[in-house]
Amino acid sequence: MNRFAYIEARLNPNESFVSRDRNVKIYDGDQKTEFEEGEVVLTSHRLFWGRPGEIARAAVTLCLPLHYVISLSEETTASNFFGRKTRIIMHLRPPQADKGPGPLDTSRAAHIKLSGKNGLSVEFHSALRETISARVWEVMITNEMVISSPENKAASGSEDRLARIQKRTGIGGIERHLEAKAKATDENIALAFQDLSVLMAMAKDMVGLSKTISGKIREQKGEISDDETVRFKSYLLSLGIDDPVTRDNFTSNTAYFNSLAQQICEMLLDPIEEHGGMMSLADVYCRVNRARGLELLSPEDLLHACEQLSGPIRLRSFPSGARVLQLESHDDALIAIDTLEQVQAATSLAVEELAKNLGISLLLAKERLLVAERLGKVCRDESVEGLRFYPNLLLHPVEN
Amino acid sequence: MSDFQWPWEYTFPPFFTLQPHEETRQQQLKVWADLFLKYLKHLNRFTLSINEQNFPLYHNETLKRRLSPELILLILEQLQQSGHAAPLDKRRQEWQVYWYTLEEYGNMVYDWIQETGQTNSICTLYEIASGENTTQQSFHGVDEAVLVNALRLLEEKGRCELIEMDGSHGVKFF
Repeated sequence: MNRFAYIEARLNPNESFVSRDRNVKIYDGDQKTEFEEGEVVLTSHRLFWGRPGEIARAAVTLCLPLHYVISLSEETTASNFFGRKTRIIMHLRPPQADKGPGPLDTSRAAHIKLSGKNGLSVEFHSALRETISARVWEVMITNEMVISSPENKAASGSEDRLARIQKRTGIGGIERHLEAKAKATDENIALAFQDLSVLMAMAKDMVGLSKTISGKIREQKGEISDDETVRFKSYLLSLGIDDPVTRDNFTSNTAYFNSLAQQICEMLLDPIEEHGGMMSLADVYCRVNRARGLELLSPEDLLHACEQLSGPIRLRSFPSGARVLQLESHDDALIAIDTLEQVQAATSLAVEELAKNLGISLLLAKERLLVAERLGKVCRDESVEGLRFYPNLLLHPVEN
Repeated sequence: MSDFQWPWEYTFPPFFTLQPHEETRQQQLKVWADLFLKYLKHLNRFTLSINEQNFPLYHNETLKRRLSPELILLILEQLQQSGHAAPLDKRRQEWQVYWYTLEEYGNMVYDWIQETGQTNSICTLYEIASGENTTQQSFHGVDEAVLVNALRLLEEKGRCELIEMDGSHGVKFF
């Protein structure tokens, strides 16, 4: 309770009245004190406690600046006759050195309790919570420097009254509080994105740097071992595309998608060949964005670009609805024969097994088997154990 | 009765799943229809119920595969198209299945009657289906219900007349 000070109960400029309650006593920690049956007044900055009438007379009362409050909690006790009542516990920061004299300055308790005969009123309780979380005193400190010039004094009087009305609790108060919070969040987000754009600008420099380094390496081949060169080059490659196609550089969507398609085509030609001629759109999306680094593509843009693809790679939709990028040279008949060979080698294959054998995704493995099935190369066996595919012996029996 | 010789397909798991590939499905149903007839002939059975879960024809126990009721119905409908089966109830759960078509049965019986000079005489169905004189004929052992249907077809052509006697049938050939 040593955070309280004896101060006249007058409002400072900018301070506004929030709520009051009667018949309140203060506990120092868990100990009862002589401060009973008093009146508390909550302002935007402080909490006053006085004997009845003292606060109205602006006499010297107990005062606790709210910036001491760390958090609030409550406890419920059984009252003799009136059922249960609630006490508010205020957890406090250590007292500041320049604090004026107050009661029980020797106390060690780090919290006080407010209690009343019938507990504290609900209004006071919620007002207290709101005031503490609004932290008006922090805002005012900064504002004071601007507003405290003398010619504003008169205006601030009426503003003060206005603020007093505005600071009132109730639904309006809660709404204002929420609004303020949303505003703060917005600012935070804007700030975060500012950081990101700086990072992206930096990324261009990074790519430039890596280019010059790789150029230097090429010149001085003798001094660095080939192995190191190769490793460094692979690092550079994993940095991605030097000059990603971005929307900013184009005025029309068509031109944008066309050049995007071209870039995707150049980039994916090798990986798709490695993957047996087909790649699901999900894989494409991941790979493209991994290579682009920060200039990420949206799935829609990627899809549009893929639709523009012509030449060695094209977009293909399966009857099942799955879409993949496929090499033009990649033929269903070839897939089917290839798949049949896989199935024959294993007598029968489930989708998962084919996916594992070929190192492709489940989706692609399933499409491969379905293609082979559509061409009559394999046939299906559905049982409680799941779906398996067999060589189509029904149509092409083994010659005995 | 010797053991039935199952075709190799009977041990091929996909045989028990309806194939989506058109050509494969045709072939699959054809083999099944053939197997149905052969197996029923082997057992000398003429009726089939779709709900007979553990009938070896539907259920390969060692392979742990069974025909779904839908697929059985499909096979029976295929047999119906070729004239080798007919549903016995409206829900198409009970079926009559026969090795020869009704027309073939009718013709065979009529040929035999003519050969043995029994025209204008009356025979009982038992005589035709199970009599000592018909043991060499392919229609020997035919189900009487199937025989009645076959003879009805003949009757429509004016080759015979079915006579009902004390709940059993007799037939007079012309």
